[in-house]
Amino acid sequence: MFHAILFYAFAAVLIGAALGVIFSKNPVHAVMFLVLAFFQSAVLWLLAEAEFLAIVLVLVYVGAVMVLFLFVVMMLDINVEQVRESFTRYLWLGLVIAGLMIIELVNLVWVKSQDVLGQTGFAATPEGYSNTKALGSVLYTEHVYAFEIAAVILLLAIVAAITLTMRRRPGLKQQNIAKQVSVDPKDRVRVVKMDAERAE
Amino acid sequence: MLSTIGLPHYLTISAILFTLSVAGIFINRRNLILLLMCIELMLLAVNFNFVAFSRYLGDETGQVFVFFILTVAAAEAAIGLAILVVLFRNRRSINVAELDSMKG
Amino acid sequence: MQSIHLTIVLAPLAAAIVAGLFGKKIGRAGAHWVTILAVGLSFLLSLVVLKHLYWDGGTTQNYSVYTWAVSDGLRMEIGFLIDRLSALMMVVVTFVSLMVHVYTIGYMHDDPGYQRFFSYISLFTFAMLMLVMSNNFLQLFFGWEAVGLVSYLLIGFWYTRETAIFANLKAFLVNRVGDFGFILGIAGVVYFADSLDYAEVFAQADNIAAQTIRVAGFDPWNAMTLICILLFIGAMGKSAQAPLHVWLPDSMEGPTPISALIHAATMVTAGIFMVARMSPLFELSETALAVVLVIGALTAFFMGLLGIVQNDIKRVVAYSTLSQLGYMTVALGVSAYGAAIFHLMTHAFFKALLFLAAGSVIIAMHHEQDIRKMGGLKKYMPITYWTALIGSLALIGFPGSSGFFSKDALIEAVKYSHWQGQGAVYWIAYLSVLLGVFVTALYSFRMFFLVFHGKGRMDEKTRSHLHETPAVVTVPLILLAIPSATIGWLTIGPVLFGGFFAESLYVSEAHDVLARLGETFHGSAGFILHAAQGPAIWLAAAGVLVAWFLYLKRPDIPEALAAKLKPLYTLLDRKYYFDDLWIDGFAAGGRRAGSFLWQKGDQFLIDGLMVNGTAHSVGRLAGVLRHLQTGYLYHYAFAMIIALTLFLGWLLWL
Repeated sequence: MFHAILFYAFAAVLIGAALGVIFSKNPVHAVMFLVLAFFQSAVLWLLAEAEFLAIVLVLVYVGAVMVLFLFVVMMLDINVEQVRESFTRYLWLGLVIAGLMIIELVNLVWVKSQDVLGQTGFAATPEGYSNTKALGSVLYTEHVYAFEIAAVILLLAIVAAITLTMRRRPGLKQQNIAKQVSVDPKDRVRVVKMDAERAE
Repeated sequence: MLSTIGLPHYLTISAILFTLSVAGIFINRRNLILLLMCIELMLLAVNFNFVAFSRYLGDETGQVFVFFILTVAAAEAAIGLAILVVLFRNRRSINVAELDSMKG
Repeated sequence: MQSIHLTIVLAPLAAAIVAGLFGKKIGRAGAHWVTILAVGLSFLLSLVVLKHLYWDGGTTQNYSVYTWAVSDGLRMEIGFLIDRLSALMMVVVTFVSLMVHVYTIGYMHDDPGYQRFFSYISLFTFAMLMLVMSNNFLQLFFGWEAVGLVSYLLIGFWYTRETAIFANLKAFLVNRVGDFGFILGIAGVVYFADSLDYAEVFAQADNIAAQTIRVAGFDPWNAMTLICILLFIGAMGKSAQAPLHVWLPDSMEGPTPISALIHAATMVTAGIFMVARMSPLFELSETALAVVLVIGALTAFFMGLLGIVQNDIKRVVAYSTLSQLGYMTVALGVSAYGAAIFHLMTHAFFKALLFLAAGSVIIAMHHEQDIRKMGGLKKYMPITYWTALIGSLALIGFPGSSGFFSKDALIEAVKYSHWQGQGAVYWIAYLSVLLGVFVTALYSFRMFFLVFHGKGRMDEKTRSHLHETPAVVTVPLILLAIPSATIGWLTIGPVLFGGFFAESLYVSEAHDVLARLGETFHGSAGFILHAAQGPAIWLAAAGVLVAWFLYLKRPDIPEALAAKLKPLYTLLDRKYYFDDLWIDGFAAGGRRAGSFLWQKGDQFLIDGLMVNGTAHSVGRLAGVLRHLQTGYLYHYAFAMIIALTLFLGWLLWL
């Protein structure tokens, strides 16, 4: 019962945060609402005993990705008023589609699935079960190749992001290391032979 | 039924989140950053499903999948934002309505 | 024997190649010597073959030399069928060809295309020999087309003349019409008999005659009738039967030796030869024979009439050729194939003679061909005069001459033909051939009197140069005059009634008019006496008398008649408007249809609507669909989301 109350409470906040994301006028506020939504999701995952992912979500998303978002939002000089204009022009269409979709999904989950699913509750985990340990034991055995590939993808993302955003400003004074290293003494130093001058 | 929290509850939360992000795409159609955020929200909804089913079936593979989705989403966010920065630098705007050079 | 056959065929070909490709190297004399020797060799060997078959009791030889291709069991071969029919044709062809070769030395003496001319006529000899010696339809068709090609080249020999180019194109195109029928006929043969070989096809003749075929939705035709009529259309083109005769008079644009060799003596008789060769097929279709008979009869009479109004010496002879070819066709139509071939042979001699005599006159007149500007040439050119007289007498059927025997046998054959029961056909044929005799005599002797008798109407300059032509011209005239005068007397007995063609020609029991004639035949002299009781000989005499009266005694009457019977004269002068029909009707209509199809069908429908139209409609559609690609990111996102929603709904509720 307590479990259920917690669930509903956090779920309510999550939905409120999501509404905040889509309706807030200021992008900074939207990012903040999104951070809140991630926190609430993490709590809900904790309730579902997915502790490792809950922590990862907070660390990776809130700690890295959302900060990146915030950074970009603040860095770019966005004319908020211009961006928000004609805010309601497609609102009706969005609401119709969203309403249709939620009806379909709820219908799927609560009506159609009843024939397929028998017991809908989560089974109790065995004594001494550790979610992190269990995940680790499959992640580094069965899914080790995928894990490696994920690492490569992250590396790729780093390289790509840097390459995309890097720019050369004209007139910037820089060293050309390669040129410096490959220089030949003959090009630089000219040995001039002179006769010794005699003092008068 | 409502008092025992199980699979349908999580799926419902997921559905609501997904629907809200869809609505968000319609509402915030001019602002590219908000579109990206809506997509993050959508991914979160998907992850909810994976977690719930993993728990329901007692199979960790679903959670491993979420792990990978988080990884890829992080990479995607990094590259997407990088593109956004470059775009803004070139056009001094991230207004989607002005990005119509692909118009047929 | 095989090597002899091959030599006969290949010697003229080799000579043609040598004279054609190396003409510059071997010079003028070299060109005529090599071709004359080759054709002479062919002639001698042909005589050997004929002697072997007739006097030595040799048997018919039918063998293939080379298999060119085998396609689905259909063998395409080169082979020879040497029987008395082909042997006779070989002798006639090579003899006339030899005479023409010799004559050409004189006639073409100062023509720049001397070597080319010899090459062509040798090539023609080769092609004609291939045609007559063939033992299958494919080789027959090869020879058929090859003689057509050489004929085209030779009519247009003086290719700088506008009229020559027009004439050779006309000949070529009209022959294409005939060849279209011919090749369809061959296709029919292959379809029904599944073979190109004569012997195999003839063996299945009864089988073919029992089948029917539906043509263009009409009632079923007898297969044999269809095949025979199609083959005969080919013969109509090559042998210039109405209405495909229009090319022959124009072909006189070619040099005179060619008119003699190709357009009188040999090539135009290819159609007659072909029908005779196909006698086992034609015998099985009375309908086809009736068509042959009526076409031949109409050609014989009406083309003869045209000869009366012509003033060009070669054209008069050309129309007489048409008329005589009509006679041969008539003989085919009454199943008297032997008579047709007999007339073919005698005609080859006397018509070649007449043409060469005309050529001799033309040489003497410095290439003036209008008979109104001649006259009284008898005293200047005695040899030409006497030989031309022999030729003309043979042509009109003067008793004892070769033409008399063949033509009279032919008329008798018509008289006794198996068509008596079928009123109209019989009477058309019989009256046509009888009246044709009168007409033939009239136009022949009109020309003869105008050229050789009466007052000279040429100018002084020409008159002062008039003299007999050189020996290379007169010797062939004399050599041709001998068979023209005698060959009928000598050969009618064995050729017509002695079973000469027993192995080559097939005549069904009921149709065999020659056998019926044979019952009353008692030697050549007896035949002359018998003919004196018939109308033909008197009609010929009447024709000569009328010609004498009108053109020598009272030259003013023809002009008065022409003025009085203006419409009739115009009709004849315009050659029954056949040229107008073909040129302005079919040719111009064809061009108009082609132009219409080109502009409407090709440019508008295919290019405009179908090819470019497809591209344009795709372009227009793309122009409409293009607007879906707004380039706005959210439109694409909307499309995806809405589609997703609809898809989900479809999964759930449908």
